[in-house]
Amino acid sequence: MTSGPGAAEIAPPPIPQNTAVVEVRDLSVIYPAKDQSVVALDRVSLTIREGEFISLIGPSGCGKTTLLRVIADLEQASSGSVLVNGMSSHDARLARAYGYVFQAPALFPWRTVLQNVMLPLEIHGRSAAEGRVIAHDHLARVGLTGFEGKYPWQLSGGMQQRVSIARALGFEPKLLMMDEPFGALDEITRDRLNEQLLRLWEREKRTVVFVTHSIPEAAFLSSRIVVMSARPGRIVEVIESDLPPDRTLEIRETPEFIAIAHRLRVALASGHGH
Amino acid sequence: MATELTPKTPAASSLPGGTRSAWGGPAPTEGPLRPVDRILPVLAVLAGITVVWYLAAIWLNAPQVIERVFADRPDWTWRELLASTWSMDRPVLPAPHQIALDMFHSVFDWPPDSPRSLVYHAAVTSGATLLGFALGSLLGAVLAVAIVLLPTLERALFPWIIASQTVPVLAIAPIVIVILGSFNLTGLVPKALISMYLCFFPVVVAMVKGLRSPGVFERELMHTYAASKNQTFWKLRMPASLPFLFPSLRVAIAAGLVGAIVGELPTGAQAGLGARLLTGSYYGNTVQIWSALAMAALLGLALTACVSLVERALVPGGRQ
Repeated sequence: MTSGPGAAEIAPPPIPQNTAVVEVRDLSVIYPAKDQSVVALDRVSLTIREGEFISLIGPSGCGKTTLLRVIADLEQASSGSVLVNGMSSHDARLARAYGYVFQAPALFPWRTVLQNVMLPLEIHGRSAAEGRVIAHDHLARVGLTGFEGKYPWQLSGGMQQRVSIARALGFEPKLLMMDEPFGALDEITRDRLNEQLLRLWEREKRTVVFVTHSIPEAAFLSSRIVVMSARPGRIVEVIESDLPPDRTLEIRETPEFIAIAHRLRVALASGHGH
Repeated sequence: MATELTPKTPAASSLPGGTRSAWGGPAPTEGPLRPVDRILPVLAVLAGITVVWYLAAIWLNAPQVIERVFADRPDWTWRELLASTWSMDRPVLPAPHQIALDMFHSVFDWPPDSPRSLVYHAAVTSGATLLGFALGSLLGAVLAVAIVLLPTLERALFPWIIASQTVPVLAIAPIVIVILGSFNLTGLVPKALISMYLCFFPVVVAMVKGLRSPGVFERELMHTYAASKNQTFWKLRMPASLPFLFPSLRVAIAAGLVGAIVGELPTGAQAGLGARLLTGSYYGNTVQIWSALAMAALLGLALTACVSLVERALVPGGRQ
């Protein structure tokens, strides 16, 4: 944890290692259609443990976003079960168990950066004074001190997405879900944000579920990578990564990183064969 | 939504920036206009109108001048004709300086509570306009909220809302005044109601659109926070509707002014710009008609400017 203001009271209680944060069992999602139903997810099972950085990677239509959305209770399962912190995804959402970062920053343009980060805290009934302190702290953690009074449109795309990450982390959820958060950004900005996200994860030891279609991004960020295939959406392979947690972008030149990227590429190619 | 594998909002919303709604701050490519650049085109048009106006005054007033003033003086010159067409008592078309002078005298020569003061009449009409605008905006906003919260209401109400605007206000105004008059309601209230009738429509249409403007991401964001319906309404839908609401309020207040003036006509009213127009035309006092008209235009500009000031205070970044 950082030594920022309020760090002592917001530190999560010690949790036994390898607790399941997300437990997906035989999950299927079928979209009924007139001619032929679309199977978005076909009997997917996955356990995500405390403190993991999980990436879901696969081609378009493999159901990686659907999987994330079902865990977040933004979409309903056709069959199977999803448990988040031992609760149903619906109860977990009501218990504010997770923060969610969308493909677009989805900041409210009538609110300043600070007010945007305070939004979930307001909704959760925290006082304005408390919310302001927390929002300042979390903006500092994503490197946006000094931009509190700006409006979203005055910021670059990368800065906007950092605000939305600060907003998702502001109420200290144990689980952070991100759906291609850097997909719309240029590669240089994306690299820098990847590194910052990794530092954040290393520091705060939150569980992250990250959807991407970029092999280098998945290989760089993740402690475990779930490779999926399309039509029907299935898990092809789960690849463990043992890259050191304090890695920087330079690691992409090392044989270890290249080996992981290669395994990913092979797994993705085999998924295409279906 | 149901047949999509990965539901996404339209492509534009996934662009960096994501501020694709009416909220978006000033357009990035164009800097703010210098005051000179803003005023110059307006002044150029004004100069053009003035020239055309003076020429039209000659053309329209000359036959009368020749017939009446120069009837016993066949030796008139062109110079005399020009001077006469621009200074008649009851011209077909008064010259701009005649209107300006009449306005000046009726504003400054009388105390503002005198029925001969144009300020007094403008104040009477503004009162009815503002009350009608307040009632109409409120009615419009309430209808819009109801329609957005209960979609079946849209099908039930919208045809009536649109039909209401196809009925000419000139036909409605006397009816309203006669009916309310039978309840001993005269003066301000009937005029405000007619003004309200014209005000509420643009507000309903724009506010329904504005309340529905938040995108999928914004709504799902509130969903992930487990926000209540109330919170989603006040923290997302309502502020998102403001950039849609204010342009409609500018239209509404101008329409409300027309409604108030129309409401002053059938009573043969004692006060208000409408009454001033009526007495002017009754006595063939064209200069008075035109100065009342000019006052109404100035009042309309002032009222919309007030709405813009409120907008500037409430909508950061302003309109595009």
